[in-house]
Amino acid sequence: MKFSGLRVLKEGLTGNKGWTPHWRDPAPKAEYDAVIIGGGGHGLSTAYYLAKNHGMTNIAVLEKGYIGSGNIGRNTTIVRANYFLPGNSEFYSHSLKLWEGLEEDLNYNVMHSQRGMINLFHSDGQRDAFVRRGNAMINQGDDAILLDREGVRKHLPYLDFENTRFPIYGGLLHPRGGTARHDAVAWGYARGADQRGVDLLQNCEVTGIDIENGVVRGVQTTRGAIRAKKVGIVVAGRSGQVAAMAGMRLPIESHILQAFVTEGLKPCINHVVTFGMGHFYISQSDKGGLVFGGDLDFYASYASRGNLPTAEHVMEAGMTLMPMIGKAKLLRSWGGIMDMTPDGSPIIDKTDTEGLFIDCGWCYGGFKAVPASGYAFAHLMASGQHHETASAFRLDRFRTGRGILDEEGTGSQHNLH
Amino acid sequence: MRLTCPVCGERDRREFYYQGDAVALDRPARDADVAAWDDYVHLRDNPSGLRRELWHHEAGCGSWLVVDRNTSTHEVHAVALVEAQG
Repeated sequence: MKFSGLRVLKEGLTGNKGWTPHWRDPAPKAEYDAVIIGGGGHGLSTAYYLAKNHGMTNIAVLEKGYIGSGNIGRNTTIVRANYFLPGNSEFYSHSLKLWEGLEEDLNYNVMHSQRGMINLFHSDGQRDAFVRRGNAMINQGDDAILLDREGVRKHLPYLDFENTRFPIYGGLLHPRGGTARHDAVAWGYARGADQRGVDLLQNCEVTGIDIENGVVRGVQTTRGAIRAKKVGIVVAGRSGQVAAMAGMRLPIESHILQAFVTEGLKPCINHVVTFGMGHFYISQSDKGGLVFGGDLDFYASYASRGNLPTAEHVMEAGMTLMPMIGKAKLLRSWGGIMDMTPDGSPIIDKTDTEGLFIDCGWCYGGFKAVPASGYAFAHLMASGQHHETASAFRLDRFRTGRGILDEEGTGSQHNLH
Repeated sequence: MRLTCPVCGERDRREFYYQGDAVALDRPARDADVAAWDDYVHLRDNPSGLRRELWHHEAGCGSWLVVDRNTSTHEVHAVALVEAQG
């Protein structure tokens, strides 16, 4: 089934009776060439690119819940390529280019909206840092425009520019930054993978990883044993538990990150706005809700909910920056489980077990990476070689100290990012 | 989430700084190998459930505390002074 404007029109006129399910619900086979553990954004895009770029179609995605039930179904949907460090910047630049062609590639409307992102700064020192970051983005081939205070005012007239503690000096505009519809990204990749023959196995929780003489043989699941020549672990916040099934300990601690949505409002915030000094960022969804969040709660958690001090802090920061949102009613909040690495950058690598690969450590920035992560991880699983855009995301960089990717410059140690 | 400091009593979470896994108390010997230091600094069990952690009563008495806490429910089972750990 191909989507098109004509098709929407035809279905609209004929009672929408011609739509079919986006993907099959197959029974697990006894053996696959490869299985992906985790049916989230990264796992689904890995399966899609394994099939599309590498012709591996005898593969399965094993999802313990339903497709889109994890962080891909609950996040703040920001897409950007404003990284600074070599190793990160080419990766996110590649991801943004994939985003820009994604809807055509998937034949699926992921509502990618390049509405522009503005990072605010509040001091001369911060301006210097953003000039440097903007230059790095331009050197990478992406876009960045330095705005002075009046430039910011033109875009965001509703901010409190005279705030005593954090007066707004200007902002770094990333015009190609924006948002996308998170669920549609999962559905689009799932449908694309399914169409190429990938089995999406839902309610299929992996309970063990079979390893013989240092070589992976398959997995045990709640839907039976499945043999596989290659196994990829792509389970975000649950990486520690799944890696433990293969006898591994990871440089990861799972933390809670809260986010919030208000009732639907008329369009009022047209960009993604970040207020780093207040640990606050916001955008408005196409449905009208203000979608915003802040920093981690800063303690290890799998509870999928945070505590009130962080919620209060985020609200205060929002009110400080844009008092106009004070009358909006909060509709819901949630907490996502973030797989935090010591240096705040991800891992896409082989493991010491032959045939076992891992893609994890996305911290609180995994959404924008969904296309390039799957692209690079599929490349690694299929060819055994790192993709050129993701060769820095090594698992051993913490042990050796070589190639630490400390984007924030705060140190490489748990609880600093 | 509230922690009961053995010195100050039950206090708001905001008074405390979270350091991380209580592995931080088990510093390897100076001549330990790279693997031991990697274990100490980076690698974590990261359990979903009961976990032994190190917290600092930063905005209170300044004590370092060992906290037994459930990461799946945020339930705090025990809080003790580091020096009471032996």
